[in-house]
Amino acid sequence: MSMTKVKSTKKPLTGNEAIAEAMRQIRPDVLAAYPITPQSPIVHTFAKFVADGVVDTVMVTPESEHSAISVVTGAEAAGARAMSATASQGLALMVEVLPATSGLRLPVVMAIANRALSAPINIHCDHSDSMAVRDLGWIQIYSENAQEAYENMFLAVRLAEHPDVLLPAMVMLDGFIISHGVEVVEIYDDEVMHKFVGERKPKFSLLNYKEPWTMGPLELTDYYFETKRQEQEAMKNAKKLYIEIGKELSEITGKEYGYFEKYRLDDAEVGIVVLSSAAGTAKDAVDELRKEGKKVGLLKPKLFRPFPYEEIRDALKHLKVIGVLDRSYSFGGYAPLYSEIRNALYDLDKRIPTQSYIYGLGGRDIFKQEIKEVFNELLEGKISSEEKCIGLRE
Amino acid sequence: MSEKVKWSELKGWKEIPIGGNLPAKTSLEYKTGSWRTFRPEFDPSLCTHCMICVHYCPDSAIPVIISEEGVKGFRDRVYKGPVRLETNFDYCKGCGICAEECPTKAIKMVRETWED
Repeated sequence: MSMTKVKSTKKPLTGNEAIAEAMRQIRPDVLAAYPITPQSPIVHTFAKFVADGVVDTVMVTPESEHSAISVVTGAEAAGARAMSATASQGLALMVEVLPATSGLRLPVVMAIANRALSAPINIHCDHSDSMAVRDLGWIQIYSENAQEAYENMFLAVRLAEHPDVLLPAMVMLDGFIISHGVEVVEIYDDEVMHKFVGERKPKFSLLNYKEPWTMGPLELTDYYFETKRQEQEAMKNAKKLYIEIGKELSEITGKEYGYFEKYRLDDAEVGIVVLSSAAGTAKDAVDELRKEGKKVGLLKPKLFRPFPYEEIRDALKHLKVIGVLDRSYSFGGYAPLYSEIRNALYDLDKRIPTQSYIYGLGGRDIFKQEIKEVFNELLEGKISSEEKCIGLRE
Repeated sequence: MSEKVKWSELKGWKEIPIGGNLPAKTSLEYKTGSWRTFRPEFDPSLCTHCMICVHYCPDSAIPVIISEEGVKGFRDRVYKGPVRLETNFDYCKGCGICAEECPTKAIKMVRETWED
């Protein structure tokens, strides 16, 4: 079934180990991180590569996530390729620095093992951490499984470091469900993958004393606005380049890297939109309902920032009803994914009824049966303006 | 921002380096002297060229040269080697730190008068 075009090895790996494998092949100059469940095994695994001399990365273990992101931001300013990994409260602690990394246009790549935000304290998966930082100028790519997470790391590096982009990127994988679940992951040839990302060649770096360069000067009412407009342009460029770089990666893996994955969607009447690991469960639900003759399908967005509004609109426009499943709240507003999908549909002449669902907060499992019930409800046209919850006790 | 600046004359977002990042030493082009309310009045006849004002100045606005022949200062002595010159008023914000720190009271802060 593999369409791999280069030498590859199949290994039983957790999602975290798959991320560490990607980091091993990318060979960043600097990695700084602070331990947090469920991310820690990424850095445990990578630390072993460093200790064994497999990579020559400088590993920094600072006293907090705020310092970890500061270290990698500084390292990138110095001209290095730098990476980190975190989750939940760790990402929350980085928030002060995240817009500085993007604002300074430093292409840090960071893996996020999605985990619920405190309080109440909870170590399991939901998307409230990465969704909370979706507007801070970082590219966001969500992964369904360990294989995707591994491949997305390479896409993220190339996209982030592209001269027309120069924005940091986050690669998301669902905490525990993917981060700790073991699956067979196809790891492509070390040299081919390293060559795919190449060496980082920054145009300016603070260590280049021959061409001194100022980073992070004050900009007030006169230039700040112009600088932020550049960032928005960089996101537009990232959207275009994601496809181009994805095609290059296809040359190695034989897979497709679209903005989203469509699953039995083109001839469907009812579709659901869901990110990450729940999409895997939803595909099984789709298959079973299809056997019953029900025309259902799935759209799984991968690139969330920049968000591909036009393409998603075109992919959904033939549907009669759409359900959007979010693994986080936007308290007091429409849920993050629902909000984008509803927005994308606005430009259609015909209004498609949509239903927002919240599921899986704090790692609550979502079952195939529940997704089938969602489909059945949508097939019956049961739409309400209320946000519905899946698997919640009343 | 001064009212004299015309927004339309500033560079657009496509023309400026990304991220607000800039070549080095651009602060030389940014004349902050107009912020001044008080002005340091320097009396060379009281100066021992001890360099305390130079090191304290937050804007590096006191120029220093190496003088072989020397300059006349405190008690008519000739001071050779590194000597301070008149404050550079393009950058002096008039904070008064030099006057506060000067051990021989060679600097006095006076009200600045601007001619518009």
